Amino acid sequence: MDTSEDILQQAPPGLIPGSGTARAAKPTRLSPSFISWLQAGPMMLVFLAFFLIPLVFVVIVSFWDYNEYQLLPAFSGRGYTDTFEGCIAQLPDLCTIARTYLMTLKLCFLVWVITLFIGFWVAYFLAFHVKSKTWQMGLSLLCTIPFWTSNVIRMIAWIPLLGRNGLVNSGLVKTGLINQPLEWLLFSEFSVVLALVHLFTFFMVVPIFNSMVRIDKSLIEAAYDAGATGFQTLVNVIIPLAKPGIVIGSIFVITIVMGDFITIGVMGGQQIAAAGKIIETRVNALQFPAAAANAVILLVITFLIITMMSRIVDIKKEL
Amino acid sequence: MTETTRKKGFSRRTLLKGTAGLAGLAAGSGAITGFPYVKSAETKVLRYLGTAVNEGDDISKQCLKDTGIKIEYITATTDDVTKRVMTQPNSFDVLDTEYFSLKKLVPSGNILALDAKKIKEFDNITPVFTKGQTPGGKKIGNQGTAPWKVLYLEGKDSKKFATSATEFVTLIPTVYNADTLGIRPDLIKRPISSWSELLNPEFKGKASILNIPSIGIMDAAMVVEATGKYKYADKGNMTKEEIDLTMKVMTEAKKAGQFRAFWKDFNESVNLMASGETVIQSMWSPAVTKVRSMGIACTFQPLKEGYRSWASGFCVSKGVSGAKLEWAYEFVNWFLSGYAGAYLNRQGYYSAVLSTAKAHMEPYEWAYWMEGKPAEKDIKAPDGSLLEKAGAVRDGGSYEDRMGGVACWNAVMDENDYMVRKWNEFIAA
Repeated sequence: MDTSEDILQQAPPGLIPGSGTARAAKPTRLSPSFISWLQAGPMMLVFLAFFLIPLVFVVIVSFWDYNEYQLLPAFSGRGYTDTFEGCIAQLPDLCTIARTYLMTLKLCFLVWVITLFIGFWVAYFLAFHVKSKTWQMGLSLLCTIPFWTSNVIRMIAWIPLLGRNGLVNSGLVKTGLINQPLEWLLFSEFSVVLALVHLFTFFMVVPIFNSMVRIDKSLIEAAYDAGATGFQTLVNVIIPLAKPGIVIGSIFVITIVMGDFITIGVMGGQQIAAAGKIIETRVNALQFPAAAANAVILLVITFLIITMMSRIVDIKKEL
Repeated sequence: MTETTRKKGFSRRTLLKGTAGLAGLAAGSGAITGFPYVKSAETKVLRYLGTAVNEGDDISKQCLKDTGIKIEYITATTDDVTKRVMTQPNSFDVLDTEYFSLKKLVPSGNILALDAKKIKEFDNITPVFTKGQTPGGKKIGNQGTAPWKVLYLEGKDSKKFATSATEFVTLIPTVYNADTLGIRPDLIKRPISSWSELLNPEFKGKASILNIPSIGIMDAAMVVEATGKYKYADKGNMTKEEIDLTMKVMTEAKKAGQFRAFWKDFNESVNLMASGETVIQSMWSPAVTKVRSMGIACTFQPLKEGYRSWASGFCVSKGVSGAKLEWAYEFVNWFLSGYAGAYLNRQGYYSAVLSTAKAHMEPYEWAYWMEGKPAEKDIKAPDGSLLEKAGAVRDGGSYEDRMGGVACWNAVMDENDYMVRKWNEFIAA
């Protein structure tokens, strides 16, 4: 709220409804908070119509029953009980849903750590080592290259590189480092993490870079003047000030990876379970309530992770 | 002569309809009638929902030329076609779908059966569909959702499949084929004759099946039965215990690293095979052709346990009536009249009315595709590209041998819900 009012005060007259010429002609009694609501209004409506209402429907449908060809609008917990089938009976073996989420969380964690590491240093380089604005722009656009192709093309492109007879394997065999091609290069957890990192590092770079360019350079100079080493400056000045960017980037990456099933399917050779994949299989079998139940579960878990992260950093305050 | 007279009749009718439509439209919309509206009133348009199998551009062009009906393709995967019929029955006119989805589509009431009496070639449809046997009299396996089990309805608006022939046909048959395993003979270097080879440790890390639960489990069942572990009463309608058993065998193989990857999409299967990532996998006929056209040896291997077959056909949306319904009949009749059938036969599929397709094919083409004889001349695809050199013989041989060797049909099981859950478990294992 503070921020929007600040903007209000700075904005030239005429841009704000009810201000400027309009106000001069006929004094209005619109309170600043009402104007703020008005400004946020369109976005709120979009959210309401295309996010909140559909979400409510998903939750409702998740408690419906179904048969082979239609939804039965009667209360039923079947979508949920089916999903958690065997979770107690099979102990100590893990049930399907637990295995699936364990795998999804594992992939999510690996991708998060790696994209954070790479993204942080790319952003650091862009923010502190590239002086010209044009170069900064140009280089960050380069990070979007992985998005220029479709998923199918990407998958087809990895086979000649990582496949059994691919470039990497034949190179390694020729140099004599290995005798047999490495099978785990493709259709494995390795290749899934590789592809996800390749795709989503960009989502880390942008917010972290955004936070970093806003760091007052004199703070860094002050740190040096006070005798801090480069490492101390990094840990005590740059990282704390880049925190909002780090958290926003993390939220991007984690939410995307939690819901991804296409990249995991394609790069994992369809042999690696993903939370999103369960939903897709259910939808394809026309079992919408079961799919909705799984969607609600995924949403709750992702929401918990995000809540935990925003506990660590208060984004609203930092912004 | 009759041909020309009929065509003249059509064009006169088209003209009349066009004019009437135009007048109605002009009256309805007044001055704002734009050019595109005028155009659509002149042509008979049918929205055609289906998978890519039947949807050749050449077919729609020829259809427009012969009948004046403009086909607008809406292409989706088999699953998405079914989803669309359930959720948006008014978004299409003609539906091209597989027989096994009828168990879901018919009870939903979203599709209309067609009247057999209005289908000119109905009596010439291959007995594969109507009697469950080849023209030569070979009995075809009836496990799964075999077309003749779901071909007829008891009445016009009935939701029950009739046990004997009625005039209400759920799907007018168009295209079908017998699927088996694809192999790379250059990398395997020995004869393959059984489905059980899919789980042979010799091919560890080089095998694949498709990740479409309802079809994948049928292939899995063919494998389980071939290994001698179990004999199913009906592979297309397993009990819960049978599903458990099948998935257990497959899960063990998966954990042991038997499978390189599962595939879901035509191109994935082509790439896996062409790159040598897999050497044996469940496959579709045109995918094998595609690999071969890349200059890579690939065989659609006939196996002693038989084929898993599928079939599709036409029906219409429940929203179709009046003139549009007549166009739909006209279109279906055209589809069975030979051009499309020959086109499909040349792609390695089979057409439902053999006699008309034969009339549209060269004798040497018919001999290669349907009679299993060595090609007298180079065999070309409908687009003119070279498929096989002269002297080649079709994998699996003749129509009689291939269709006669069908063991089971794609299916939706009674325990479908349970099966899908077990399939998810298999993927997660």
